[in-house]
Amino acid sequence: MSTFDSLSTPAAEQRRGPAADAPQAAPTRRNTELAMLAFAVVIPMLAYANVGLAMDGTLPGGMLGYSLGMGALALIAHLVMRRFAPYADPLLLPLATLLNGLGVVMIWRLDKAGGLLVPNYPAATNQLMWSGLGVALFVGVAILLKDHRILQRYTYISMAVSLVLLVAPVFFPSRDEDFGAKIWIRIGSFSIQPGEFAKIILTIFFAGFLMVKRDALALASRRFMGLYLPRGRDLGPIIVIWLLSLLILIFENDLGTSFLFFGLFVVMLYVATERTSWIIFGLVLSIGGATVVASTASHVKIRINSWLDPMAAFQEPPPKGTSEQIGQTLMSLGSGGTTGTGLGQGRSWLIQFAAKSDFILGSFGEELGLTGLMAIFMLYALIVQRGLRTAIAARDPFGKLLAVGLSSAFALQVFVVAGGVTGLIPLTGMTMPFLAQGGSSLLANWALIAVLLKISDTARRPAAEPAAAIPEPNRGGTVS
Amino acid sequence: MNKPIRRVAIFCMVLILALMVRVNWVQGVQAAAWASNEHNKRNQYDRYAHPRGNIIVGGQPITRSDFVNGLRYKYKRGWNDAEMYAPITGYSSQAFGNSQLESLEDGLLSGSDSRLFFRNTLDMLTGEQRQGGDVVTTIDPKAQKAAFDGLAGKKGAAVAIDPRTGAILALVSAPSYDPGKFAGTGAEDTKAYNDYLKNPDKPMANRALRETYPPGSTFKLVTAAAAFENNVYKNVDDQTQTPNPYILPNTRTELKNESDTEPCENATVKVGMDYSCNTVFGKIGAELGKDKMRTQAEKFGFNDDKVDVPIRATASVFPKGSDQAGTALDSIGQHDTRATPLQMAMVASAIANNGTLMQPYLVAQERASNLEVISNHTEKQYGQAISPATAQKLQQLMESVVQNGTGKKAKIPGLTVGGKTGTAQHGQDNSGLPYAWFVSYAKGADNKMVAVAVVVEDGAAQRNEISGGSLAAPIARSVMEAVLTK
Repeated sequence: MSTFDSLSTPAAEQRRGPAADAPQAAPTRRNTELAMLAFAVVIPMLAYANVGLAMDGTLPGGMLGYSLGMGALALIAHLVMRRFAPYADPLLLPLATLLNGLGVVMIWRLDKAGGLLVPNYPAATNQLMWSGLGVALFVGVAILLKDHRILQRYTYISMAVSLVLLVAPVFFPSRDEDFGAKIWIRIGSFSIQPGEFAKIILTIFFAGFLMVKRDALALASRRFMGLYLPRGRDLGPIIVIWLLSLLILIFENDLGTSFLFFGLFVVMLYVATERTSWIIFGLVLSIGGATVVASTASHVKIRINSWLDPMAAFQEPPPKGTSEQIGQTLMSLGSGGTTGTGLGQGRSWLIQFAAKSDFILGSFGEELGLTGLMAIFMLYALIVQRGLRTAIAARDPFGKLLAVGLSSAFALQVFVVAGGVTGLIPLTGMTMPFLAQGGSSLLANWALIAVLLKISDTARRPAAEPAAAIPEPNRGGTVS
Repeated sequence: MNKPIRRVAIFCMVLILALMVRVNWVQGVQAAAWASNEHNKRNQYDRYAHPRGNIIVGGQPITRSDFVNGLRYKYKRGWNDAEMYAPITGYSSQAFGNSQLESLEDGLLSGSDSRLFFRNTLDMLTGEQRQGGDVVTTIDPKAQKAAFDGLAGKKGAAVAIDPRTGAILALVSAPSYDPGKFAGTGAEDTKAYNDYLKNPDKPMANRALRETYPPGSTFKLVTAAAAFENNVYKNVDDQTQTPNPYILPNTRTELKNESDTEPCENATVKVGMDYSCNTVFGKIGAELGKDKMRTQAEKFGFNDDKVDVPIRATASVFPKGSDQAGTALDSIGQHDTRATPLQMAMVASAIANNGTLMQPYLVAQERASNLEVISNHTEKQYGQAISPATAQKLQQLMESVVQNGTGKKAKIPGLTVGGKTGTAQHGQDNSGLPYAWFVSYAKGADNKMVAVAVVVEDGAAQRNEISGGSLAAPIARSVMEAVLTK
């Protein structure tokens, strides 16, 4: 199972056991990060130029300012890493920067479709601002969170906060274009998607809770029908979480979030206890819950039907509650084909208002083609795998659990959104991390990357150094 | 905890892998199906993303592509002399699709035709803008204009054919419509389109090809052809033993002529034709019987629902199952006989061309935007409708009608003209105003010829045989003149 090691230099990062010390004077690999960041800034820059040339025949006016802005953001993040997390993983920050940059370019390109895509127009400027705030949050976390283990203290507060966040949208009206999903908190014109933040905060709670309970859950079990089942008192919180995710599903019409939380919990439970029976138990529970809800709740039925027959909405007259979006997205993808139409030359605005947000993958698929989507999935896969590497490398159980939780939450979200958009699974209401338009999503995911980087910094820091010590300057980094 | 973490890592990879497989499926395997899906509006936009090829008449394009640079559509279709050419070009509307040639030749015009693939690929590599190919029609602009002007303010249609080749020289339907008024997607386009649809005069109907009318007395040409082919009569001057009035077989109904003053009793075939005697030709039809009559009609193209020019014409009808009395009426172009103007032009062209009926066609040539020829029409024989001898006799009859009979208005100095008038009753108890028909041909110097059929709806205030001659014949005459005189 050395697949995850293929991305690190073999010399510096020999596989090691969880308790093994890192070799002395390990390279910080900040320079690698810098080189990668240069790519991550240049690629969206070229994409931006490409859109301008394709659509107007000239380089876009904001070329210089935009490039400098993106470059400056990336550079600030990088310098903060050098100073506050020198041993952190070198790939995560460039990956996030690249995805974020591509997302902004695509949103700007869709803005140029102008009146064809009202409402939420223009959105690129906002997205750029949120990217700035996201990086600021990233920097804030990197500086203020001295050590990720501090988060353990907030286990139960996290639980309370995430519950509040998750329940809040019930009290806010949903709009037509959310198809009955209540995933927003709205105050005036300002709105946030609490689910995005709850993802991280809940992971902190799970990690803290499971770290304390893992022995009880793993050892004190009785055999039942060939499965190891835990005692009732340890089972309680799990059932509560399961019920909670079902309630979210029922009252907020948010399939995606409930699936995400339940999946996240099962994965973390499995990692904490190392018992396969938890996975089976989790699967049975989730399938049971999903079946009950799917057969009773009408909006879930609608989603399943439109997954089975995406073109149903194109009938005359369209059946009630159906939406053309998935059919439009599939036609977008199909029209893009293998190599895509080229940036700025597709017509993904046919997907209508969600072309920049939930369905931005359709826009990418049409303009960059299958090739581009494969590359984008690859970038996501890399983020997930670097996160899981961090979990392997972390030397404390809380850090391990937190890293696994954050990475698999990220992976599940990517799967649920991309799967929904491409018609692999029924559509749920979440957005593509980093790519899609939306402030909440950007902020939350930048924070997630920051926490992962802090964990990996601690994990790769040579053991001789105390946790919060400042590294010696001029440590030779190797550019690979 | 590392072992489960590794397993989770594998699980996450499987998730991403599933996504990759899925997009490969959608964008690779199914791509073409999604791209060509009927609901995929991109095909609609692509059609107007570059200049569309043109439809050519007399060496000049009668269509344009206007660069409008909209968000959805870059180009918009425009037409010159739109109303005159509408029954040929049809429309090419961003909102309402395409019809007629714009639809049938859409692959070539829009540049998606596989025969243009090599050129398109070259254009793509050299960065040239893609351009659709042109469709060169057989229409003679002078003839088309003559027919259009002649039908101005009337309802009706005119078709002119070159009997030697089958080339359609004029094809007019009136009243017509302006496809340019709804070529776009705006509210005014929708309104124009709906107004046309709601208009009781049916301006968007292609009367020349897609409407059938009772052909009335013009059908007597077919009846006379059947009589000669079946040796009922040998010569045009043979006496017909026809009573006046003629009692329809097995009924007490009298079949009358226009007026009692006409010399129809026991008339010769020629006199019968000159005066358009119903009694003479009703009796011939009844005695030949429905099958022989139908066989002859089908040789001229009746009952064929696949006459594609390439626009598919509606099948003209000679009924299968009439009784003897019905057949008598069918044989004078009433009852259940119906014909398109194109069909009657085909009858005239077969007679003019010594019995050989050529397949009528409208598209002479398809060519790429660089004028490179992609395909040329090859003339095809539809069939030998009648023997050359019969054709000669019918020519004598038709020329006599123009010289001495009901078709005097079609005379053209210096040309040999043959014709036949018709006035077709229609409606409940023939309550509608009759249709005025004129079917004719003209021969000029160096064997040039043209066959024309004209129908004018509701044109005749007087219900007599004169109407075909007075309303439709002048139009036919001006078309024939336009074709044959410099």
